[in-house]
Amino acid sequence: MSTRSASGTGKRPELALARKQTVFNTFTRDYQLWVMVLPAIIVIALFNYVPMYGIQLAFRDYDFAKGLTGGEWRGLFYFKQFIDNYMFVDILKNTVTVSLATILIGFPAPIILALVINQLRWKRAKKVLQTTVYLPHFISIVVMVGLLNVLLSPNTGIGGYIMASLGFEDINLLADVNTFVPVYVLSDIWQHCGWNSIIFLAALSSVDPQLYDSSKIDGASRWQTIKHIDLPALVPTIIILFILTMGNVLGTGFEKIFLMQNTLNLPVSEVIATYVYKIGIISNQISYSSAIGLFNTVINFIFLFATNAISKRVSNTSLW
Amino acid sequence: MDAIRVKHKSWNDLLFDAVIIVLCLFAFLIVAYPLYFVIIASVSDSTLVSTGKVTLFPRGFSLFGYKEILNDSRIWTGYGNTILYTFLGTFVNLLFTVPAAYALSRPEFRARRFIMFAFVITMFFNGGLIPTYLLIKGLHMTNTMWVFIFPFCVNVFNLIITRTFFDNSIPKELYEAASIDGCSHFRFFWSIVMPLSKAIISVVGLYYLVAHWNDFFTALVYVRDNHLQPLQIVLRDILLSNQVFSGGAGSGGSSAGASGGYAQRYADQIKYGVIIVSTLPILVVYPFIQKYFEKGVMIGSVKG
Repeated sequence: MSTRSASGTGKRPELALARKQTVFNTFTRDYQLWVMVLPAIIVIALFNYVPMYGIQLAFRDYDFAKGLTGGEWRGLFYFKQFIDNYMFVDILKNTVTVSLATILIGFPAPIILALVINQLRWKRAKKVLQTTVYLPHFISIVVMVGLLNVLLSPNTGIGGYIMASLGFEDINLLADVNTFVPVYVLSDIWQHCGWNSIIFLAALSSVDPQLYDSSKIDGASRWQTIKHIDLPALVPTIIILFILTMGNVLGTGFEKIFLMQNTLNLPVSEVIATYVYKIGIISNQISYSSAIGLFNTVINFIFLFATNAISKRVSNTSLW
Repeated sequence: MDAIRVKHKSWNDLLFDAVIIVLCLFAFLIVAYPLYFVIIASVSDSTLVSTGKVTLFPRGFSLFGYKEILNDSRIWTGYGNTILYTFLGTFVNLLFTVPAAYALSRPEFRARRFIMFAFVITMFFNGGLIPTYLLIKGLHMTNTMWVFIFPFCVNVFNLIITRTFFDNSIPKELYEAASIDGCSHFRFFWSIVMPLSKAIISVVGLYYLVAHWNDFFTALVYVRDNHLQPLQIVLRDILLSNQVFSGGAGSGGSSAGASGGYAQRYADQIKYGVIIVSTLPILVVYPFIQKYFEKGVMIGSVKG
């Protein structure tokens, strides 16, 4: 109340109080706030919303001379072209495989890690462990893939040496249709599991310590406290993060897959994102690749809404 | 005191502790050992490394790899570019993000819900690669350094973190008191909010800094000019495009051909060295800033 009368127009404060405040009649009062938020609005409008307008390219021919919206309307032509493409099934299958493997194995890993770290009593060891497992998160994707290449190379890498001494000489971890997904998923967990556990550790640190005390009095074992106190405390965080993850189910990491691709693993490593890049940026088939990109976005959106709706029904937790 | 506690523990709990310690040790080793291995491999004889003779300590010590790296002009051009993009980029990021976050944290700002909603949508929905590419091409930003600075310089996630911080830790009464004394929003932001927000500015600044340092995608899509390439592209050429396979099938990088490949014998030593040299800045700063990173994740998790 005091804010409004104090920062009102000054001349007739009682009138300013009575009138409903809207964006328009507070504009002169808040112009400085507008000035502060304006650069961000411009940047987001320009780089996020203008390309959304460009999505219609997926339904039109791209005509360089006539600009973005000048080309002829083709409806769903380019979507049909993608679905009829002989690679369609493979690309979709690869995208879903990589994403589902990443979610199914990669999602529980940081939760388990957080529960384990949380049980560690020795403060110093806990600190050292946390510092170490967070570290790989800051390695760039290029360096990460470079690391995989030098370590797992069949001829010169230590990984190749180990494989050979185990009797798998003929398996090239970097260029085999069977090892691409495991190498991708496991290295992803290696890199991000620690960092992703922070948010769960934060949720665990907010558990009321009295719960542990009373469970101890009731004779609960350590395993029981995890099952009945720690895990339930994590549930809201788990659900929200899971919905967000599902909303990006086909948004597989373009950069890492792109860098891990080679001619030998291409049958399993070509995903929608890398295909869009090759078709659109390299081969310049603008409309066709826009349609594929939109296809991807729409599927992501369906997953986001579906997971959110299920979660709302089942657990009363949802994003909106 | 510990002894007393141990006495009261059941065998079950002791076993449980043992399992926890083993798991933690396993997690520690599995992360720490590859990192340590890269360090010792970068100063060891490549032949000994590849035959598994280097495990705990460097063998056949030589600094040849580092010497080659020091003499490689590609790496230093890339380094210089990356440092420029990182610092200028982070400055612009903060300039665009922090004041906006302040404005959006003010309860009397009527448009804040709508603007916030419009911003959050962009986290889930975007125009996709091709329309964005055409836009940036249309703005004549391709093949300039500005493509690293301005596009997407407001990260909505970072904006939310900053706004949440302002919401929670700048008392509402503070502005009321200041405004009665005739203080404007500009003045209040600059003289009161900024000095109180060093923690969040470091967190968000560091997020932006790391993102710029590791950014590979922007240069891959928008930049062709060799003089503008950042470190990550140079790294790609050295680490990945050069002799991924012994047959040399993978050498297709944009500048790999120009400077020629290294002798196979030293190639791996150089690669290990390059990994160290390029990641060193972050590794050196990391232990000191780690608490800030964690803080950022925790603030962000309050209102996701």
